[in-house]
Amino acid sequence: MWKRDEAVKPTGPAISATPAAPGQHQQQAGVPAAQPEPRRQMMERDVVNIGKSVVIKGELNGSEDLTVEGHVEGKIELRDHVLTIGPNGKIRAQVFAKAVIVLGEVNGNVTATEKVDIRDGGSVDGDIISPRVAIAEGAHFRGSVDMQRKGGQPQVQGQQPPKPASPNPASPNPLSPNPQPQIAAH
Amino acid sequence: MSLSDFFFRRRKDESDAAEGGADSPVHPTKALARFLASLNARPQPLLLDLGPAVGTNVTFFVEQLGCKILVENLFKDIDRHVVEGKLAELPAFFEKRFAQEDGSADGILCWDIFDYIDRPAARALARQLVRILRPDGALLGQFSTSEPPASRAPTYTKYVVIDRANLQYRPYAAAHGKQRPLHNRDIQRMFEPLRITEQFLLKTNLREMVFRKPAAPSEPRNA
Repeated sequence: MWKRDEAVKPTGPAISATPAAPGQHQQQAGVPAAQPEPRRQMMERDVVNIGKSVVIKGELNGSEDLTVEGHVEGKIELRDHVLTIGPNGKIRAQVFAKAVIVLGEVNGNVTATEKVDIRDGGSVDGDIISPRVAIAEGAHFRGSVDMQRKGGQPQVQGQQPPKPASPNPASPNPLSPNPQPQIAAH
Repeated sequence: MSLSDFFFRRRKDESDAAEGGADSPVHPTKALARFLASLNARPQPLLLDLGPAVGTNVTFFVEQLGCKILVENLFKDIDRHVVEGKLAELPAFFEKRFAQEDGSADGILCWDIFDYIDRPAARALARQLVRILRPDGALLGQFSTSEPPASRAPTYTKYVVIDRANLQYRPYAAAHGKQRPLHNRDIQRMFEPLRITEQFLLKTNLREMVFRKPAAPSEPRNA
């Protein structure tokens, strides 16, 4: 079976060995080397990073994947994108995203339409609504998990926001009552 | 073994390999199946878990019961009180610890939390759990029947659900060791007016107990 595969599939050097015009050959050889560069640039453009020293108070909306290493207070909304809270990230906000990966600290409710993933060292104090939830060994979680398939449904204006999970009177309400100027990451 | 148990076990094996917990011993449980059965009839029950958050447990209970699960890791609270030297304040802490309304939880997973707290704290905690549990709700607890070994460093146990009939015991470092085991009658009195509906003595020297809160008396109908 392996032999047949090898016979059918032409290998890289075999292609470059076929006779071709010098220009054409250069183009063929150049394609594999040139392709990763624009792809890498495109990926870099698609993931926005909020650095360690950045503090955002207010509402954060975006249409790109986002990595937060800084502090965010208020609300984060990335309905169709992945939010990653890096090891240095500290969030005191309501979070709505397609998928949320937590390596840092989140204090507030997290709603994801696909998945919430709390990794080793990550911490969530708040309610999670998501069809899939992964909590790694060594992760901290306090709150409720609702895995019914209603995660990420848009909240109707005027509807009461989800209650902060922490019933402990010692822990302050992580949600800012009045949103600040909107910061759009388009 | 049901089909969902089979797939759950497969997924668990995969996640175990990633978490490094595959070596921990697996022990049978008889009470878990009874606990689940008592909650099966309820639509989207609320389950209160007093142990540490375990991802596979969350998935298991949600798949088995379609429930909403609330994780309140009391072992962390005990550790914090030990570190701060405020263990004597634990009973008062438990009295205020739960903001849940009366009768709001359909099921409570205590695991072996009562083995690690002294009598006054245990009574305070039991009072709160009885308050939170809704009528006809179920509570699952495990109680040690043997004296704790004095020589060993204190550990808590993370109970990872393998399936309805098996739990994996994963010990992890603790700041506070097991206390003297509670007598049967003490447990019974502590949880009054809950009824003990199932009780199993395991080879691991653990007594598994399922409690039920008596259903609220039906209101008299007007003729």
